Amino acid sequence: MVVELGHFALVLALLIAVFQMVVPAYGARTNDDRLMAVGEPAALCQLGLLIVAFLSLTIAYVTSDFSVANVVANSHSTKPLLYRISGVWGNHEGSMVLWVLILALFGAAVAAFGRNLPPTLKANVLAVQASIAVAFMLFILLTSNPFVRIDPPPADGNGLNPILQDPALAFHPPFLYAGYVGFSIAYSFAVAALIEGRIDAAWARWVRPWTLAAWMCLTLGIAMGSWWAYYELGWGGWWFWDPVENASFMPWLAGTALLHSALVMEKRDALKVWTVLLAILTFSLSLMGTFLVRSGILTSVHAFAVDPQRGVFVLAIMTLFTGGGLALYALRARDLRQGGIFAPISREGSLVLNNILLTTACATVFIGTLYPLALESLTGDKISVGPPYFDWTFGPLMVPLLLALPFGPLLAWKRGDVLGAAQRLAFAAMLAMVVMIGTLAVLQRGPWLAPFGIALGVFVMAGAVSDLASRVRLGSVPLGDAARRLVNLPRSAIGTALAHFGVGMLVVGVVATSAYREEKILVMKPGEVVSIAGYDITFRGVAPRTGPNYREEVAVFDAARGGAQVSHLEPSRRIYDMPPEPTTEAGIHPGWRGDLYVVLGDAQTAGGYAVRVYFNPFVRFIWLGAVVMFIAGAFSLSDRRLRVGAPGRARRIVTAPAE
Amino acid sequence: MTMAALRRRRKSASMRRSTAAGALLACLAAMVTVGAAFAVEPDEILPDPALEARARAISAELRCLVCQNQSIDDSNAPLARDLRLLVRERLKAGDSDGEVLRFVEDRYGEFVLLRPPLSWHTLLLWIAPVLALIIAVWATARAWRRKQAAAAATPSLAVEPLTSDEEDRLREILAENEGDPPIRD
Repeated sequence: MVVELGHFALVLALLIAVFQMVVPAYGARTNDDRLMAVGEPAALCQLGLLIVAFLSLTIAYVTSDFSVANVVANSHSTKPLLYRISGVWGNHEGSMVLWVLILALFGAAVAAFGRNLPPTLKANVLAVQASIAVAFMLFILLTSNPFVRIDPPPADGNGLNPILQDPALAFHPPFLYAGYVGFSIAYSFAVAALIEGRIDAAWARWVRPWTLAAWMCLTLGIAMGSWWAYYELGWGGWWFWDPVENASFMPWLAGTALLHSALVMEKRDALKVWTVLLAILTFSLSLMGTFLVRSGILTSVHAFAVDPQRGVFVLAIMTLFTGGGLALYALRARDLRQGGIFAPISREGSLVLNNILLTTACATVFIGTLYPLALESLTGDKISVGPPYFDWTFGPLMVPLLLALPFGPLLAWKRGDVLGAAQRLAFAAMLAMVVMIGTLAVLQRGPWLAPFGIALGVFVMAGAVSDLASRVRLGSVPLGDAARRLVNLPRSAIGTALAHFGVGMLVVGVVATSAYREEKILVMKPGEVVSIAGYDITFRGVAPRTGPNYREEVAVFDAARGGAQVSHLEPSRRIYDMPPEPTTEAGIHPGWRGDLYVVLGDAQTAGGYAVRVYFNPFVRFIWLGAVVMFIAGAFSLSDRRLRVGAPGRARRIVTAPAE
Repeated sequence: MTMAALRRRRKSASMRRSTAAGALLACLAAMVTVGAAFAVEPDEILPDPALEARARAISAELRCLVCQNQSIDDSNAPLARDLRLLVRERLKAGDSDGEVLRFVEDRYGEFVLLRPPLSWHTLLLWIAPVLALIIAVWATARAWRRKQAAAAATPSLAVEPLTSDEEDRLREILAENEGDPPIRD
């Protein structure tokens, strides 16, 4: 009954979305206020119905209703509650329901918080947003319906793949989708503005918070996935340049460029073409990510050809929205009045460079991901494009970007002073040099470019600090004054510095752990000791243990440094009850200097166990960097000027005499 | 990411997907599901650390043919193990890194190389990043030059240097505001 209610709510939501797609847009065209106004309740109603649909599917999962085919395929009655809930989006059909739910959530947010949007713009935005919803709800109902019943119902379900039964992975898809789908708002705004033929700084001020929110979620979502791969897959890898990872990385790169373009447009009314094109591109790439993952085309071109129904549907959606957006742009491009003149060396100029490098990087990932597919379907030749390709192409593009990054915020709008910025970055550059020479001197191993990479990360981090220091005039005014200035800084300025600091952390983590990872692969018997990166690790032995829905073999290791015990590690090998699948759980001792990472292998015929011990230096910086970027985004979002609809703070009249 | 990791996962034998792709995947995974918990086993490692380091570097360039997007260095499939042993044998026989890669490519085809060699059908792949950069720079420069030209045509928008009077006035204003909270930008 509950399931039918959800099914019915989904169909009703589709009808509402069709209504929301047509009526407000027609109202905007005929300038009829009443028709335009229906977009708002329609968006809220659509959200309400999708919440009902999503909740009813969740109830089916929580109560283990095995008369529903989707629950049978992906759940089991003995699964812990958290994973019965996350099982809702741990499969294709359910994840698409989450997709449209988040889409409706963003649409409803525009309806609810966009009270001071111009009515025609708001009507058009809601109509475009509804058109995306219509496409995806049709996709669900026609090709991937999660509400289908099964008769007779089996006694129990097949269970969720055990490696998905993990807290980080339970929340990875919702964040990723919030990112993907959040960019739909930027797309809807861009298309609505193109329909109206009017686009200005006020428009950019509207788009930026939504883009920022989506970007934050995507950043965190990707980081969670990477973190999960690191601790769960059992060999300490955190990024593999896999097509499905690239599918989420491309919208991130384009979205980062979009974020910066919207900033220029808001402040200086420039980079309109960049902003509009990036808004269309970013969401198109999100759709492409959905297509790549959902169509099965990545597994094999042939498998896709065998069962193309879903893939072709998503491909059609993608073509429609990308093509439609670009066609509209081509029609209206001439109407985009260009404002905001600037010299090449200026804040605007630096952001243009940022856009060029990020979009080129995005194009590189795009080509690397799709080239083998295209080549195979055109000529039948099979080639592999793996991590070495991306290291060679993506890496070099990041070097100029990271070198230029600290200069950007230090340049003035319109016309900047590179020498002045360089002077203010002198300390950061010196620090980077010292770190580079220090790394070379101390380690004397690894790739010769690695110390340069680490120095680059340090330069970006120190550059972000220098930016804040020069804004508060640290050193040239008393410390108290500097602190007062820091508090008075616009939060978006602090957000910028913090986000760039996070980028630097990420770079340091990536380079350090890639270049200086230590590894020992050996056979150990109980009582034996292995030394790595200053740790002495003693193998105590292996014992069986039983968990809530698995059995495991647990190895016990004690790690000591300089004679004092610092950690107790318990890597294990599990067999889950349902489905009966093995997983390896790594034993990890986290630290600022780096992680100790121990994996238990097979028992050897000659006695003892195969053991792998890693030391991953500064690996935490990778995810901490992403978390810092997320926090920076939140900080910037809390800026009053960005809070849509918040009254601007009255300009403070300076009453105190100049000190 | 999720699915990627899944596919990479060696033991995902019973991934539940109703598609043919899923079935194919299950077959592949089943082929791969044999005992071992991780890639390079202790017994494979060469006694000479320099040679072993070269073997690892080469392994990272070779694809495990029965896995999804995994190098033989990361994979525990039996075929990957065979290839790793082959690589080490060739190295012991005195082959250079290039010779080892060529030897494996001759046996398994170009598909085995994770870094596709430059040839006619990979030309576009390799020049694409450079091409994309050139196009982006060219288009931006052209748009910028046009805008400058348009701005020059409308004098009010043109960027002109300040006159010396204006410079003085600016300096006065800046001096007056010294010590105020920084100007928001």
